[in-house]
Amino acid sequence: MTAPARSGSLDLGYGSKLSGDAVFSRVTWVFALVVIVGLGAMAFEMAGASAPTLSVFGVEFVLGRVWDPLHRVFGALPFIYGTLVSSLLALVIAVPISFGVAIYLSELAASWQRDVLGFLVELLAAVPSVVYGLWGVFALAPWLRTSVEPALAKSLGFLPLFQGPIQGFGMLAGGVVLSIMILPTISSVSREVLRSVPSSLREGALALGATRSEMVRLAVLPYARSGLMGAVLLGLGRALGETMAITMVIGNRPEISASLFAPSYTMASVIANEFTEATGELHLAALAEIGLLLFVLTIALNVVARLLVGRVGRVAVRGRL
Amino acid sequence: MKDRFFVRLFVDRALRGACLLSTVLALVPLASVLWFVVVRGAHGLSLTFFTGLPKPVGEPGGGMAHAIVGSLEIVGIACAMGIPAGVLAGIHLAESEDTRFGRFVRFSADVMAGVPSIAVGLFVYVLVVRRMQGFSALAGAIALAVLMLPTITRATEELLRLVPESLREAALGLGVPKWRATLRVMLRTAAPGIATGIMLAVARAMGESAPLLFTSFNNRGWASSPAEPTASLPVNIYTYAVSPYADWHEQAWAAALVLVTLVLCLNIAARWLVRGRLP
Repeated sequence: MTAPARSGSLDLGYGSKLSGDAVFSRVTWVFALVVIVGLGAMAFEMAGASAPTLSVFGVEFVLGRVWDPLHRVFGALPFIYGTLVSSLLALVIAVPISFGVAIYLSELAASWQRDVLGFLVELLAAVPSVVYGLWGVFALAPWLRTSVEPALAKSLGFLPLFQGPIQGFGMLAGGVVLSIMILPTISSVSREVLRSVPSSLREGALALGATRSEMVRLAVLPYARSGLMGAVLLGLGRALGETMAITMVIGNRPEISASLFAPSYTMASVIANEFTEATGELHLAALAEIGLLLFVLTIALNVVARLLVGRVGRVAVRGRL
Repeated sequence: MKDRFFVRLFVDRALRGACLLSTVLALVPLASVLWFVVVRGAHGLSLTFFTGLPKPVGEPGGGMAHAIVGSLEIVGIACAMGIPAGVLAGIHLAESEDTRFGRFVRFSADVMAGVPSIAVGLFVYVLVVRRMQGFSALAGAIALAVLMLPTITRATEELLRLVPESLREAALGLGVPKWRATLRVMLRTAAPGIATGIMLAVARAMGESAPLLFTSFNNRGWASSPAEPTASLPVNIYTYAVSPYADWHEQAWAAALVLVTLVLCLNIAARWLVRGRLP
């Protein structure tokens, strides 16, 4: 006696019958594999494309300070410097504010404020990068040039950071735009991290007579420390790879200058600006190698950040929802 | 003792005030950006902006019909690739046992979500544009699909995991095969949440310009097929904004208004879909 055919079975014609379940689970498996293959292919293709400069310049590539495509000299140090300094500047501005936002929204605000303000902060992340760039060019940079930078030069001008000609476009403008763009990332991940702190800790602190801010400082933050560190690293990862907005305001000159007023250049910007007009195979490879460096750097950061944030899935998804 | 109490109270007030202040401070740029986009964008907006093509340099007027259609076309093709792939991969993660493969996929998706969009553009250039010997809307769509994939995968997985297991058991108990229980019961229950995740991913992809710079490139007129260089709103905003012409700047603001409206509507609709439903 033969078993009744299950509904949804597929006769492959080899005498074997593959059930609907087996087909379905294989199909979904293939697409899950696509994710891994995609990431692997990215690393492979970029390494392949940057092979020429990897072999010609070696370590000199990251240490060289001269970038001169016409004479086929490629040193990426000014771009690496510009990327790191602008991202650090963005962190200096964004981290305290983001933590304030996260603490306010998760510990202090009434529930209607939480919904409204939380939604508005997340809208910051929804505005496209190029629109921030446009705003940076026509609103932020002129404001920095006429108000902020003269004031900084006057009051803090003894520091090398705030010396030199004032032009609006430069490292400071880049850092400010980046800080606005990473703020929602850091604050929403931090908020999720704070949300995962058990409320018994809060109740304990309050029962001992702590004020709200003492409760946050003594009970909540120590528990959340590594998660908050992860949130900062995720923000840093975004800052390093951010392209359009910073390209439009940082001035795009491959020089290393101590002044925040001076124009600079980032790794992502040089790829965006020069890739379609690259002169020759070596120039393309040099840009690809910068891309590869950026790729490796952000992946390393993300891996560390995910480990710190822990409970990866929930935080990662909600952080973006 | 009493002094100490008032000091603590004062510090508490001050710190709470600082937190509120930083929240307000964080919203100032949002208000400023939206204000500039609306005011300056409305100035440059007209009917020809939606129907016309760019005029030669120096002639005023013209529009961005080709870029609006181009953006929708590129994002549409990207959705056709990215959404099914992401949802199916997410189903695999949620439905399969906790295997090493599953954990690795999940980890890869998280890492992939952090890859800078310019690096994705570079990757698609090497993979597609160089082999096809030309920029195309298709290449741009592949880049955007790669950007959407990890977000959609993880959103699908997380939301499927929120569906009570008892629903599946009820379906299986009625004799429904497992795959149909997954699709018709589990996926359908999680659908609003997954749709939210998808819409947010699409909104993000729609605003991306870095990965399109050297994949779909740009075009001053209509592209006759998806295999040709195609204009898009974000790339046009960039090229118009960095140009030296005041007339082009006005067009860039108008394009920004259209783009921001599209993206924000998608965002708000996405959140409205799950209002109060996410635990």
